[in-house]
Amino acid sequence: MTRINVNVDGISYTDEVEPRTLLVHYLREQLGKIGTVVGCDTSNCGACTVALDGQSVKSCTLLAVQADGGDITTVEGLAAEDGTLHPVQQAFHDHHALQCGFCTPGMMMAVRDLLQDNPDPSEAEIREGIEGNLCRCTGYQNIVRAVQAAAANLSSTGGQS
Amino acid sequence: MIPAAFDYVRPDSVAQAVSALAGAGEDAKVLGGGQSLIPVLRLRLAYPSTLIDVGRLAELRGVHDDGDAIVIGAMTTHHEVMHDALVGEHAPLIAQATETVADPQVRHRGTFGGALAHADPAGDLGAVALALDCEFVATGPSGERRIAAADFFLDYLTTALAPDELLTAVRVPKLGPGWLSHYEKFNRVAQAWSIVAVAALVHRENGSITQARIGLTNMGSTPLRAVAVEHALAGADASGEAVGAAAEHAAEGTAAPSDLSGKSDYREHLARVLTKRAVLAAAGS
Repeated sequence: MTRINVNVDGISYTDEVEPRTLLVHYLREQLGKIGTVVGCDTSNCGACTVALDGQSVKSCTLLAVQADGGDITTVEGLAAEDGTLHPVQQAFHDHHALQCGFCTPGMMMAVRDLLQDNPDPSEAEIREGIEGNLCRCTGYQNIVRAVQAAAANLSSTGGQS
Repeated sequence: MIPAAFDYVRPDSVAQAVSALAGAGEDAKVLGGGQSLIPVLRLRLAYPSTLIDVGRLAELRGVHDDGDAIVIGAMTTHHEVMHDALVGEHAPLIAQATETVADPQVRHRGTFGGALAHADPAGDLGAVALALDCEFVATGPSGERRIAAADFFLDYLTTALAPDELLTAVRVPKLGPGWLSHYEKFNRVAQAWSIVAVAALVHRENGSITQARIGLTNMGSTPLRAVAVEHALAGADASGEAVGAAAEHAAEGTAAPSDLSGKSDYREHLARVLTKRAVLAAAGS
């Protein structure tokens, strides 16, 4: 077992983990952060995307020990403490950017990262920015609309995602 | 799936990493960003006894100017490489190819050196390193040595690195004036591996190509140079006709794999088509 210290959604944890434990399993099974889901388990679908030290990563393709000392944000940490949705969450809701919802946690984490890097992306840049996330329901149309709305909202409010 | 159990070591320096590697036996593996290795572990295609995690060694990270070359630290992430000013100035071919690697999440974690040391012939950076005549800096118990790109890739997932050597940096020679480049990749869906891709460097003077260096991705068990195309392009017009004729040689000396993405004869066809496109795009014609 190896000891790790991580901050997840604003709370510090010190835990003993087996080195082979994947970050997504640590988050779900040890911390109960089941908002982050396992989709494909082969690094393709992006459903397990979280932010590690501000950058989107696939938590099925990271060992928990590699995140030692890191600051992790999951989909559960997106909304404000009073429950106000993050602009990306609100835009996904407003534009119905989902059907079954399974890809949504990872999709929103990828979008948050995209808008941090590029606050005013073109449609092509949006599609490239979410190339690591698969949605089998929507055909991506409403997802792209939601990203455009979130970008407009964030830039008009000067909001920090 | 969950990887088989292994011991985990996280050295604080290259020296410690090299000594850990020497002491860990032949079943040890070096862990960089893990974007190739962790999928392999998860599918239990490999059972290393020990993982030596060099992914956060600051001394292996970053790009610096070393006169006639830029030096890319092995653990510089793809994301960092893509946005690095020195890479953009002296090796735009690397930046362009790196942008096509996987997806943003993978590029945040995956590393330049890790991808090259993994030596997957479908990976995009090997052909680029070959075309650029990069030098690989390996550090082992007896010190440092440089390996020419042409001598680095030995076979499928196999490099000239000794079991006790760590790839610490890659030296990318600066190109003189007149050199132009393009990476042309063909894949079926976003984030997929290259079915075939071509890295083209051409030196253009007064409408003709004086020299060319062509690297091929996924046309054999290692990345390859399309030597016959290079010979045919030397002195050729930078016209569609002349480049197309030279590109007809692109599959010579290759041993393209057949798999679900395409049979070898289809890959040979792609190599010819993509070589023409890559050279013309590089030459700006």
